[in-house]
Amino acid sequence: MDSTPLHMRPERSFQGLILTLQRYWADHGCVILQPYDMEVGAGTFHPATTLRALGPKRWNAAYVQPSRRPKDGRYGENPNRLQHYYQFQVILKPSPPDIQELYLKSLAAIGVDAALHDIRFVEDDWESPTLGAWGLGWECWCDGMEVSQFTYFQQVAGVECAPVAGELTYGLERLAMYVQGVENVYDLNFNGREGADKVTYGDVFLQAEQEYSRHNFEHADTAMLFEQFKMAEGACRKYLEAGWDGDKKERHLMALPAYDQCIKASHVFNLLDARGVISVTERQSYILRVRELAKACGEAWIHTEAGGV
Amino acid sequence: MPDLLLELFSEEIPARMQAKAADDLRKMVTDKLVAEGLVYDGAKSFATPRRLALTIHGLPARQPDLKDERKGPKVGAPDAAVQGFLKATGLKSLDEATIQKDPKKGDFYVALIEKAGRPAIDVIAEIIPVIIRTFPWPKAMRWGELSAKPGALQWVRPLHSIVATFGMETEEPDVVAFDVAGIKAGQVTRGHRFMAPAEFSVRRFEDYEAKLFDAKVVLDPQRRKDIILADAKELAFAQGFELIEDQGLLDEVSGLVEWPVVLMGSFDESFLSIPGEVIRATIRNNQKCFVVNDPKTGKLANRFILVANIEASDGGAAIVAGNERVIRARLSDAKFFYETDLKTKLEDRLPKFDGIVFHEKLGTQAERIARIERLATEIAPLVGADVEKTRRAACLAKTDLLTEVVGEFPEVQGLMGKYYAFAQGEDLSVAQAIEDHYKPQGPNDRVPTDPVAIAVALADKIDTLAGFWAIDEKPTGSKDPYALRRAALGVIKLVLENSLRFKLFPISYSAGFPIFGRMYFAEALAPTEAREVRDIGERVGSEELLRYAERREGAVKAFDPNEMMVPTWESIGEDNAHSLLSFFADRLKVQLREQGARHDLVDAVFALEGQDDLLMIVRRVEALGKFLDTDDGKNLLAGTKRASNILAIEEKKDKRTFDGAPDALLFVADEEKQLARAIDEVKREAADAVARENFEAAMTAMAKLRPAVDAFFDKVKVNDDDAKVRENRLKLLNEIRAATRAVADFSKIQ
Repeated sequence: MDSTPLHMRPERSFQGLILTLQRYWADHGCVILQPYDMEVGAGTFHPATTLRALGPKRWNAAYVQPSRRPKDGRYGENPNRLQHYYQFQVILKPSPPDIQELYLKSLAAIGVDAALHDIRFVEDDWESPTLGAWGLGWECWCDGMEVSQFTYFQQVAGVECAPVAGELTYGLERLAMYVQGVENVYDLNFNGREGADKVTYGDVFLQAEQEYSRHNFEHADTAMLFEQFKMAEGACRKYLEAGWDGDKKERHLMALPAYDQCIKASHVFNLLDARGVISVTERQSYILRVRELAKACGEAWIHTEAGGV
Repeated sequence: MPDLLLELFSEEIPARMQAKAADDLRKMVTDKLVAEGLVYDGAKSFATPRRLALTIHGLPARQPDLKDERKGPKVGAPDAAVQGFLKATGLKSLDEATIQKDPKKGDFYVALIEKAGRPAIDVIAEIIPVIIRTFPWPKAMRWGELSAKPGALQWVRPLHSIVATFGMETEEPDVVAFDVAGIKAGQVTRGHRFMAPAEFSVRRFEDYEAKLFDAKVVLDPQRRKDIILADAKELAFAQGFELIEDQGLLDEVSGLVEWPVVLMGSFDESFLSIPGEVIRATIRNNQKCFVVNDPKTGKLANRFILVANIEASDGGAAIVAGNERVIRARLSDAKFFYETDLKTKLEDRLPKFDGIVFHEKLGTQAERIARIERLATEIAPLVGADVEKTRRAACLAKTDLLTEVVGEFPEVQGLMGKYYAFAQGEDLSVAQAIEDHYKPQGPNDRVPTDPVAIAVALADKIDTLAGFWAIDEKPTGSKDPYALRRAALGVIKLVLENSLRFKLFPISYSAGFPIFGRMYFAEALAPTEAREVRDIGERVGSEELLRYAERREGAVKAFDPNEMMVPTWESIGEDNAHSLLSFFADRLKVQLREQGARHDLVDAVFALEGQDDLLMIVRRVEALGKFLDTDDGKNLLAGTKRASNILAIEEKKDKRTFDGAPDALLFVADEEKQLARAIDEVKREAADAVARENFEAAMTAMAKLRPAVDAFFDKVKVNDDDAKVRENRLKLLNEIRAATRAVADFSKIQ
């Protein structure tokens, strides 16, 4: 830790925090992946979690996932809420017996001292209606602040997890604000430098928050989005159908491209929702349609090689 | 006598599940032990976030020996029966059986089976794994490598280790030998997650609890609660404040810590401009912290009390600072929500309700608000409320559901409406009615007393009841998803505690108009359908179709569901109101029974025609109860019952009723004449008293009937040989029954 240069230390640098977490989980046997190259609402949507959580094979991975929640945009005016933020996602399958200790050590690695802070595991069962997924776990509190989500996946995409995977999700901005002692997310030191070299979170993202808030709430082209939803849904079904190798449906050859379309549909739905053009009753049916896609993709995935065939 | 110690050590158990889990564990293990013949002196169970523990003391070391006699086949029975008997009892041959003499049915074989009791520890080793595998967690999960296998163990969160020891106080106990899903029972556990994570070995409950305490774990949840409460009070007091006690929160936080450390933090005074209830809800729900009062002002102080799980190396400074940060952010949000809400007038929120479905079959929230408004203004004059204020209150009552604060904290609904109404200068009783129209919510909740609040509260509840009754979503058994029982009880309490006089039937009936009207439009007479018919009529040029469409459209236009019941649906509407009324009767019975009244008396009053004035019903029941405590009352009841019984038998025999006035010319005995006179007199007096709502007087009048009835039964034979005389006397008996019906249906009294 002491050999770490100042600008890389988690308590001074947002990127330093990310790199420390990556390093920590790499040391514990994880594959360090890069973000998925599509718009998603949470790190869980990355196929490295959703799909890899299914099937019997071991899988340990960690990655940062930029996450988009169009409805959470606040035009850059709110010190805590963002429509685009980073999650750090760890998936360990099967869940190791010392997963809680591993998690606590990762907090120690980024400077959260368990002898000084009050770290708690508070019940929080996780359910994703769009992914057809649920699990039991906690939100992890540090001095009354939720810093991570901890979930033992029981079911994903309508398929029982066998074995069960443990999922850890760190809200990076919030965690960084805590260790840096900053009240406003835009004041976070991004690169750990001082003076003229310092780049803040606001320097990087404030304009984007303002622009995307305008887009999400006021201008997103709803006619196009409705069309895109239909297209993504149609394409997903088409690829799923075409992917079966032979009539016996024993092997699937295109689960990943099909799942991309499911992700697409989900994000388009979120945009439409933010624009307020989906009524309460319709909302349920859209969620159901995305879930049907996710389930079909899960079913396809377990008939692929990585899915365990 | 040996004791059992059991500990199931896991990852963090949800706070809300701990108490029941500890209870279930104790009950399941002790029930099973008793079923195995292992009775015990005492048992106690405990829960912390990471463990369930159970101690049972005074168990026998062995099961008692069992002796069982099994009856077998008759001596000389076919071989198949004998073989079956030997197989079932485990005997090698009939020589091992004894023969029991039976001179009547013939001698038969009896097997004496003796089963030696097993060591208790072996029995326990069998029992516990089964209990663990069948434990009734509200939600359970699989985990780890083994979760891939079918039949994997499920627990609330991963289970890590088990302590199970059994033995005498004076000796080194034995480990109960079993394993569950690869976890072997032993005698090693761990202390506090952060302050004493090392493993240590335990022998029996006494050293287990003491060693845990040394390892910074308070095992007994009650003790943790006591510590938290005492420390929190003291901490508040030391700073000149007063803890606002909160049992629910105390229960929860005591399930979140193994080693409670109470600390105090503060927030900026400027947040105190937010209503206290919102501050409390924010701090309680999101942060699970207590708030404190300033005794000088009686208002919330800018302090909060948190319960940490650790004695931090800096004395808690970082923990307090961290919590203050989060609470500051939360309160900023709450303040922002509150101030944003204040910018929109409540009535400007109304249009949004058009898009919010209250219930698929009962329409949108907007429709519901219109119904409540209509009903409330109808009730207003009956309860002495100003109609215009009532209309205003009913119209605004639900608007705070669309505010940001209520969206965030549903428990402050109504209350926020009141604050916002005040802020926009509404009348005092209008604002208060917005808060109070939800009340009373339960048996201990405050009952509104302002007439405007009463009118809206009644309308809200009666609309809910009439609506769910109309669509046949009545409560059944333990299922009451729309809390209709609570709503009915709310109506009853509003009426009784405010001594309100009004007839419930017409109001219940009227509440149904717009609901049935809605169904009528939706199902029976859709306006779009009429338009379609007209379109077709125009296209094909059919005069007949056009006339038909006109008729239907005319019917639609002419019909206003707020004014009247759907034509031809009157009887459905009446049935609905009647059914609802009997639900009120049931609830009233429950309510009166809880207050110690006899439910049969309620039945006796409800059995009379047109009883829908709750207050009068209760008064009548009270008077009836008092009357039946007197000798006159008891004897009159006996006499009336006798008359009813005789009538029932004779009516059955003759297959006819004996209605109608008796013929005075046919009276033979003096007692008959006197009874007839008494009945006439009593009927008149009682009816008169009832009309004056003086039920005591009506009962006193009834009492006059008693000597005449007694004398009649004493001296007169009802079933006279002369058929005409007999018929006349039966008619007289019928008159007794009729006379008593002025106050109650005596046949319902037990």
